Amino acid sequence: MLVYTGKRIVLALLVAVTVSFISFMILNLSGDPAIALAGADATPEEIKFVREKYGLDRPILVQYIEWAGRAIQGNFGESPYFNQPVKDIIGDRIGVTLILGLCAFLFAVCLAIPLGVIAAIRPNTWIDRTALTISVFGQAMPNFFFGLILIIVFGVILRWLPISGGESWRHFIMPAIALGYYGSPALMRLTRTGMMEVLASDYIRTARSKGLRPGPVLFKHALRNAIIPVVSLAFVLFGYMLGGAFVIEYVFAVNGVGFLAVRSIERADLPVVQAIILLLSFIYVTMTLLSDILNAYLDPRIRVK
Amino acid sequence: MNTEISVPFKDISFPTPRQMTLRQARRHKGFLLGSSVLLLIIIMALLAPLLAPHDPYDQNLSKRLTPPVWHAKGTWDHPLGTDNLGRDYLSRLMYGARISLIIGVAAMLISGVIGTTMGVLAGFFGGRVDMVVNAMITTRLALPIMLVALAVVALVGGSLQIVVLVLGLMIWNRFALVMRASTQQLRSMDYVSAAKAAGCSTPRIILTEVMPNIMNNLIVVATLEITRAILIEASLSFLGMGVQPPLPSWGLMVAEAKGFMLFSPWMIAIPGAAIFILVLSINLLGDGIRDITAPEGRS
Repeated sequence: MLVYTGKRIVLALLVAVTVSFISFMILNLSGDPAIALAGADATPEEIKFVREKYGLDRPILVQYIEWAGRAIQGNFGESPYFNQPVKDIIGDRIGVTLILGLCAFLFAVCLAIPLGVIAAIRPNTWIDRTALTISVFGQAMPNFFFGLILIIVFGVILRWLPISGGESWRHFIMPAIALGYYGSPALMRLTRTGMMEVLASDYIRTARSKGLRPGPVLFKHALRNAIIPVVSLAFVLFGYMLGGAFVIEYVFAVNGVGFLAVRSIERADLPVVQAIILLLSFIYVTMTLLSDILNAYLDPRIRVK
Repeated sequence: MNTEISVPFKDISFPTPRQMTLRQARRHKGFLLGSSVLLLIIIMALLAPLLAPHDPYDQNLSKRLTPPVWHAKGTWDHPLGTDNLGRDYLSRLMYGARISLIIGVAAMLISGVIGTTMGVLAGFFGGRVDMVVNAMITTRLALPIMLVALAVVALVGGSLQIVVLVLGLMIWNRFALVMRASTQQLRSMDYVSAAKAAGCSTPRIILTEVMPNIMNNLIVVATLEITRAILIEASLSFLGMGVQPPLPSWGLMVAEAKGFMLFSPWMIAIPGAAIFILVLSINLLGDGIRDITAPEGRS
């Protein structure tokens, strides 16, 4: 188990470093950051000044190594827009994104797992079809459109909930539903297929034939085994929700990291964008790592392989 | 050779595999619904210059924000109303279908070529090749594509070509994963070994023995990736960093309508529903193809 964990951690670190390198290169080579910073109508002197001030005149590899060296120490430079350390700007907003991600995740789990389980116990009934419809719709619905529908129905017409901002818990209801619904189809499908497979297995038939009541069979024997792949997907999904939140944060004007990312891209505030990309890939890598380790812990067969 | 086998029961006809597939397709409700809706959208996109009642770029400020025809104030002149610049909404919707379809298909083709090449090579050769491809997939998955795509489009400048290129270069991961797994399964098949023993060259084995057998999976992934590209383009355009105005991208139409949400919610509902219906129909088609072509689906 220790060797396995160690290997996965080294691999995850390698991936994080590669991702930071690639995203740095993509961002710095797809346009001239100096021109983007100085504005489209800047004079050549102004562009030259910006280029020298932020060290953009040096070779790109030198810039990357310097940036990465500082990033390891938690220093992501200063934002030219805010004139503040990037660390503080992101630090102020990460809490909101985490709360939103957590609420969305809880919503997705509470919607997907019960529905998936019931759909597996009663296949081809109305509840199975409802679950299928919810998941098919969820996969086809653009999340910004779903968010706007929620705003129109519950914010504008019914006036039940505030439509933008993040001051109280009520502000998080609609964004969390919009974000969580987006993640639920994958969870639901995996729960349903997993449950159906387990329910058809020999040990469940044995448990049933020796006269165990349906409740314990379902929850103690079946669900515990069917849930293993779901747990590992859930971890990845949580990371995905933190990263995929920015469209939803933008729609609901929730002042989190995602909203900051969109705004910073508009403002060509590259140090902030760079740091957010690194943060998101780091979250993703950590979540996959945790899910792998947890999976190996729950299912010993993986460790041996 | 064209020998006829005498069958004792001449009346019984045995369906060919193609006939069996067709029969399955005709019975599959999702497949039928998805393919017919998609066909309608494609016809609408192709014939947009003939079908559209107005020029999609023609502004008429005296007629701005006309509601759709089912509304009390609607007119048949603009069946779906007009936008904030007085442009005919139905015409823009029809031309918008072209943008979604072009981006979906073009991005899928680029990513399909990249991903399939990587996946098939990794699955076929295994070993080092597999390790490298695996590392590339893992890295790609850890890269937040929406954010990177947004940043690149913002820096390079949004246009149809840039959006297609950025998406095509980024969404190859599922192609690579699925093709790798499918090829791995085939690698040790008897007919592949037979081809090797017969002295066929590796490219020939890959092209004539492996590729035809992973085609079904490839088509299913392709439909999924078209919808992914369409949805990402819609989000990018919605955030103002995809296809640029005045092009009638559906995502952009939703973005432009956002300011009129209070009094003209239909302006959001119509293009949003269009994206939803297009993606839903392609998904249904893809699920249908998977059900029909899967060996266990054949009765």
